[in-house]
Amino acid sequence: MSPTQFERAAEATPPILAKKIRGLSDRAIAWIFVAPTIFLLLAINIFPLIWTIRLSFTNFRVNRPNAEVQFVGLDNYRRILSDADIWLTMQTTAHFLIWTIVLQVLIGFSLAYLINKKFRGNDLWTTIIVFPMMLSPAVVGNFWTFLYQPQIGLFNYVVGFLTHTDPSSFSMIGDVNLAPWAIVIVDTWMWTPFVMLICLAGLRSIPGSIYEAAECDRASKWRQFWTITLPMVLPFLMLAVLFRGIENFKMFDLVVQLTGGGPGSITELTSINLKREAFEKWRTGYSSAYAVILFVTVFGLASIYVKALNKVKER
Amino acid sequence: MKSKLFNSAAAIGLLFGISAFGATGAQAADLTLCWAAWDPANALVELSKDFEAKSGNKMKFEFVPWPNFADRMLNELNSGGKLCDLLIGDSQWIGGAAENKQYVKLNDFFDKNGISMKDFIPATVTGYAEWPKNTPNYWALPAFGDVVGWTYRKDWFAKPELQAEFKKKYSRDLAVPKSLDELKDIATFFQGRDIDGKKVYGAAIYTERGSEGITMGAMNALYNFGFQYDNPAKPYELQGFVNSEGAVKGLEFYKSLYDCCTPPGASDWYMSQNIDAYKSGQVAMQMNFAFIWPGVNADANVGGDKSGYFPMPAGPGGHFAQLGGQGISVVANSAHQEEALAYIKWFAQKDVQSKWWTLGGYSALSSVVNDPSFATSQPYAQTFLDSMAIVKDFWAEPSYASLMQATQKRFHDYVVAGKGTAKEAMDGLVADWTKVFKDEGKM
Repeated sequence: MSPTQFERAAEATPPILAKKIRGLSDRAIAWIFVAPTIFLLLAINIFPLIWTIRLSFTNFRVNRPNAEVQFVGLDNYRRILSDADIWLTMQTTAHFLIWTIVLQVLIGFSLAYLINKKFRGNDLWTTIIVFPMMLSPAVVGNFWTFLYQPQIGLFNYVVGFLTHTDPSSFSMIGDVNLAPWAIVIVDTWMWTPFVMLICLAGLRSIPGSIYEAAECDRASKWRQFWTITLPMVLPFLMLAVLFRGIENFKMFDLVVQLTGGGPGSITELTSINLKREAFEKWRTGYSSAYAVILFVTVFGLASIYVKALNKVKER
Repeated sequence: MKSKLFNSAAAIGLLFGISAFGATGAQAADLTLCWAAWDPANALVELSKDFEAKSGNKMKFEFVPWPNFADRMLNELNSGGKLCDLLIGDSQWIGGAAENKQYVKLNDFFDKNGISMKDFIPATVTGYAEWPKNTPNYWALPAFGDVVGWTYRKDWFAKPELQAEFKKKYSRDLAVPKSLDELKDIATFFQGRDIDGKKVYGAAIYTERGSEGITMGAMNALYNFGFQYDNPAKPYELQGFVNSEGAVKGLEFYKSLYDCCTPPGASDWYMSQNIDAYKSGQVAMQMNFAFIWPGVNADANVGGDKSGYFPMPAGPGGHFAQLGGQGISVVANSAHQEEALAYIKWFAQKDVQSKWWTLGGYSALSSVVNDPSFATSQPYAQTFLDSMAIVKDFWAEPSYASLMQATQKRFHDYVVAGKGTAKEAMDGLVADWTKVFKDEGKM
């Protein structure tokens, strides 16, 4: 029998090193392996988070290195939570979040259900459907601004053709009523394949024997769907919702490329607003408080959601 | 094995050492100039070859597209970066850069080298070099004079059938507008018209939301209807000046121009989109900074006799145009300040400034622009001179970014998104600016 990979690694270890390692406990070795990751996590995530929380109680501005930094208590938090414009961006984000998730789950699940059926060209269609999520959001944003162009855009042309209207009579990204939907459409186009893939994994994890048993019990397809397929895919669907929810809560690049937050502030999501406060107005203390509020919101909602997800999985 | 490992480590170490030394060694003779990525930057690259030949210093350039220019460069200054030795920064940055000691103060250097700000166009000195404004404290040398003006399709204006139709409708010739009302009439006249078998539109104006676009456009209308940044007798007193009746009417005018006469989808347009719309024959007129005029003049489709240029028309409250342009500064963090100052000394010379103009850069040196041959040297030269005589600029306070973002939001909300009234927008702007100045301790 040939030596295993571990045996080969053990043989290749220099004797001095082997001797040193032999003296370490399993726990110590585990720490050695984990320590670099923990160090990176502390340096890149935890330290900046603590620093941000600290800054959120000050009037610090990064573009005023010589100015005196004052402790302002909860003033930044009070100002943010009583700012009508910020609540408006929260509403805009909620609208974007809800509609993208609803559409992506419905379309993604439907596509997964179809793709899960055996048919010719199945793999080719899967590859084609997955293509949008492989692109960079910045590229997708730019690409869709051309598609939405009223005079030469393909989107306007198709809509004009189907509705017998002048394609240049409406502007998807320049009209206050259409712009919120313009960003929802693009995000749905780009990320539905992701939801589809997760659902597909769920569908393929359902053992065929369950369906065979249901067939024996003469359960209809409709009944099989509601009592077998959906409950067994639900944890996967919920996971997809969690991923998309977190991603879209911090959505920035795609929307900046498409609308820049406009027209007016109709598509200004919280992330865009935060970026303007932090890196255009340079209100570092204020924007730190803003970031902390967003962090707590996402973290809180995600924690509640994960608990619900675990309950569903336990059923 | 041990010696192999040691040798490899030594080799890697040596390699790193050599690269680090190489990098440091190369920087000693290199000067990096940072600016926006646009046509004049290419002209500056060409111009700077003379400096390289004379000084022996090698010039490197870092050009950033306009929409990201402020973000990128202000990040660089605020983080104490050493990327730029020389920075041709926007005029509005001067307050912040001076107060935070990010630029080198140039008074002593000017005195030593016989460079006098009296030799430059006064508006450019105030706009690009001074902080505090109207005091002899200089942080930059005026490098590129620029101003918002108009380009129009001279060949369309000259069509006899359009001339006749326009005269019948408006009882005057179809010619360069002298007032904002006339400008709107012309834009309305061209909107949706078929010219040479193609649907065209009235005007391309600034509507960009993200950086400074709509402010740079709308302010022209506001100035000419009577808007003032504050009480001339009492600085930072905004009420009644920013939201005066004239200012409100100016914003209403700009919205009416956007509603009546721009191409479909022109809701987020700035310099490059306006250029594209004009060069592709979509619009009869375009608002834009003067820097584009050499490019328009040389364009195969719309250049030469097909295009004409005119300054911002007057309004009922005055005759002004939004100042653009920049000064060149030495970055305080630069390790090559002496070489950077030598570049400024070279750049300030009259023959260099004359060449700058011929290459497509707008010199701010009075002796160049006041030369009798200047006005006729290019088709747009006289318009440039006329426009530079009527300039006004946005706040250059250290808090300019907050002031700008508030303005962008208020103007875009009203003009493009149609939210609220002009009065509400201007009252809101007073509230926003007041908050900023109170935070700054200036009110």
